[in-house]
Amino acid sequence: MSGGKLEIVRAGALTTIQDLGRFGHAHVGVPRSGALDQPAHRLANRLVGNPTDAATLETTLTGVSLRATRPVTVVVTGAPAPVRVDGRPAAWACPVDLPAGAVLDVGAATTGLRSYVAISGGIAVEPVLGSRSTDLLSGLGPARLGDGDTLPLGTVVGRPVHADTVHWHQPPRELVLPVLLGPRDDWFAAAAVRTLATARFSVSAHSNRIALRMEGPTLERAVHRELPSEGTLPGAVQVPTDGKPVVFLADCPTTGGYPVIGVVPEHGLAAAAQAVPGLPVRFAPIRRR
Amino acid sequence: MRLLPVGDDSLLVDLDSPEEAQALHAELLRRRGAGTLTPIAEIVPGDRTILLRSISGVDALRTELGRWHVPALTADSGPLLEIPVVYDGADLRDVAALWGVTEDEVVRRHSSVEHRVAFCGFAPGFAYMTGLEEAYHVPRRSAPRTSVPAGSVALAGAYTGIYPRPSPGGWQLIGTTDVPLWDMEREPAALLTPGTRVRFVPRDPDPAPATAPAPGQPAGVTTERTRT
Repeated sequence: MSGGKLEIVRAGALTTIQDLGRFGHAHVGVPRSGALDQPAHRLANRLVGNPTDAATLETTLTGVSLRATRPVTVVVTGAPAPVRVDGRPAAWACPVDLPAGAVLDVGAATTGLRSYVAISGGIAVEPVLGSRSTDLLSGLGPARLGDGDTLPLGTVVGRPVHADTVHWHQPPRELVLPVLLGPRDDWFAAAAVRTLATARFSVSAHSNRIALRMEGPTLERAVHRELPSEGTLPGAVQVPTDGKPVVFLADCPTTGGYPVIGVVPEHGLAAAAQAVPGLPVRFAPIRRR
Repeated sequence: MRLLPVGDDSLLVDLDSPEEAQALHAELLRRRGAGTLTPIAEIVPGDRTILLRSISGVDALRTELGRWHVPALTADSGPLLEIPVVYDGADLRDVAALWGVTEDEVVRRHSSVEHRVAFCGFAPGFAYMTGLEEAYHVPRRSAPRTSVPAGSVALAGAYTGIYPRPSPGGWQLIGTTDVPLWDMEREPAALLTPGTRVRFVPRDPDPAPATAPAPGQPAGVTTERTRT
């Protein structure tokens, strides 16, 4: 089945269109963007029979409501949330048939922060530089969604998967982020690495798709000169002048002028995507070679 | 050349000078063009670094890089762009005072040297161009502006930059250009990519009589392609 439209009935606090991201343009200042919780995005697509690079909706804390002009299969993954179809409870992380015109409501996340809604056929907005992702740093891709927006749906290419069990990690009560030290760990005092390894931080309310910001102790630098701008990437733990580490996420800039003490590997970032403000954070620095 | 670890499959190549970084960047692009470079998702130059993101075979490349012969950049390596500029920036007088010269002399000196895109960042299409001697490096403004118009040509530190779209900014504004820096209808969308050589051509504020631009090129830009 092809065509049809999706109507956003209630956009929630922040709902964006996301896919795997925008690759190959970092050298001209284009962030990677893409779904913050990539495993949840991929799972949602698999469950409705979409390729993993189909565009899904990424919600923030308060969910989303939508309806489609044709019958679709939908699924909600990522942060668990109450799912309703025309007011009747439906399953979370399980494909649901949504008749044409029926309203899917994804409520507020019960734990975690970001839910992913995949619709059979995917959301077929025009790709920008190879991706349909909304990039909130540079403004590339579709705008954040508003109430009443309509979006084109793509062609259904696969069948929904009715999985017996869904492999899923509950968002933890404490976020533990592995950090591979470098490239600029030698710009910090030895005490800074000890602080990073032992102190309790917490997620700042100023966190967003660009970065997970930390409240907590400061990391003291050993080198105080200015760092000439250098390339950076999602996962980088950058330490600005105030000494409080910032974990870069998908919409982070491509270059930066503050030293990066270490990098959270890709597999550690999905948990970071579900970290709510106030959540305790510990870092587990790993030194190589 | 120092090879610094970045995550589990990336490397930051740290060099002693912007010139060395630009030479290595040109060599990486040459090898990629020739098909002899291992797949690397993103090659992101910085001021004196190159970040190699998601390298296929990071350990092999780490060993290999140290053995490379990287030829120094020649003056004519990289494409040359001429960008017409009306030198009417709000900070031209301040820059003249910092340089200890007249405003006309700022225009003459800025437009008489060849600049080179060292790296990009800050916003899609925003290029950090080197070329001014150290004596002409200027600090950022003490209070950034909340909105700098698109096309503003500005100085900060060692760099000249052009704002591709309106944005907040703390650089010293010396002029404006109407050349689109970022155009999604164009391939590539960015006019200025790392390695591009740039000459700024002073232009009168009154628009010159319209001439049809060459196909695929923005008005007022001339391109000279040379081997990289």
